[in-house]
Amino acid sequence: MAQKTIAGNTVNVDEEGYLEDFKQWNKDIAKEIAQEEGIELTDKHFEVIKFLRDQYEEGANLTIRKVGKSGITDIKEFYKVFPGGPLKKGSQIAGIPKPTSCV
Amino acid sequence: MDQNEKNHKIKKVAIICAKGNLEDVYASLVLANGAVMDGMEARLFFTFFGMDGIIKKRMNKLHTATVGNPALRLPNGSRMPKWLGMIPGIQGMVSKMMKKQMDELDVPPVDEFLDMITAGGGEVYACKLAFDMFKLKKEDLSEHVSDILTVGEFYEKASGEDAQIIFT
Repeated sequence: MAQKTIAGNTVNVDEEGYLEDFKQWNKDIAKEIAQEEGIELTDKHFEVIKFLRDQYEEGANLTIRKVGKSGITDIKEFYKVFPGGPLKKGSQIAGIPKPTSCV
Repeated sequence: MDQNEKNHKIKKVAIICAKGNLEDVYASLVLANGAVMDGMEARLFFTFFGMDGIIKKRMNKLHTATVGNPALRLPNGSRMPKWLGMIPGIQGMVSKMMKKQMDELDVPPVDEFLDMITAGGGEVYACKLAFDMFKLKKEDLSEHVSDILTVGEFYEKASGEDAQIIFT
């Protein structure tokens, strides 16, 4: 387990940079991780992030399809706002573990 | 991931779907969708019996073979007897069950899967030779199909640095 300081917060991260405890997350952490990925977070991003975090907390297995059916965004927009791997990048920014789903 | 894997991450895949069984088409779709999910470029190329995966009237009615499929098992884990697979209606029933199990894992029907892949930037193509051979019309094909290609055009589309061609 590695420790990293993100936006002034010391958090535990895995080797790929995913937070190990989603409760250590806050919006400033999200902004800084996003910035490293070249993403400027908007209100839309935070809506999606909230959905991802809520789903994770409920124990759901997150998939692109689920996000597409969330009513918050469609799949096309999801790819647009988190370019280059929306579910993985979205999860990392949302402070939840790397998704394990194949769809 | 070691250094060699990091330096040569796959950037692009071209996936050829040449068979029309439920599991063959889904293998192609899962690979293509997984590629776009990971930020790779993905191109799907449907040919011969795989064309059923993009023919509007057939794409959501694919079957898994219950005859000549020795890996097929009954729900209790024992081998499916050969004679059982030949009984009318069994193939449809088995296929329906497979689709239900996939849906539980959030694997969508074929048309919705193609929606997801193209929404992520993946591209879908049909083979010209198979298209001509089966005497198909453009309107028979799903609107996700962006072009009908010759084999030469396919290779052009499949080219690039760290690109892979996958035949399912």
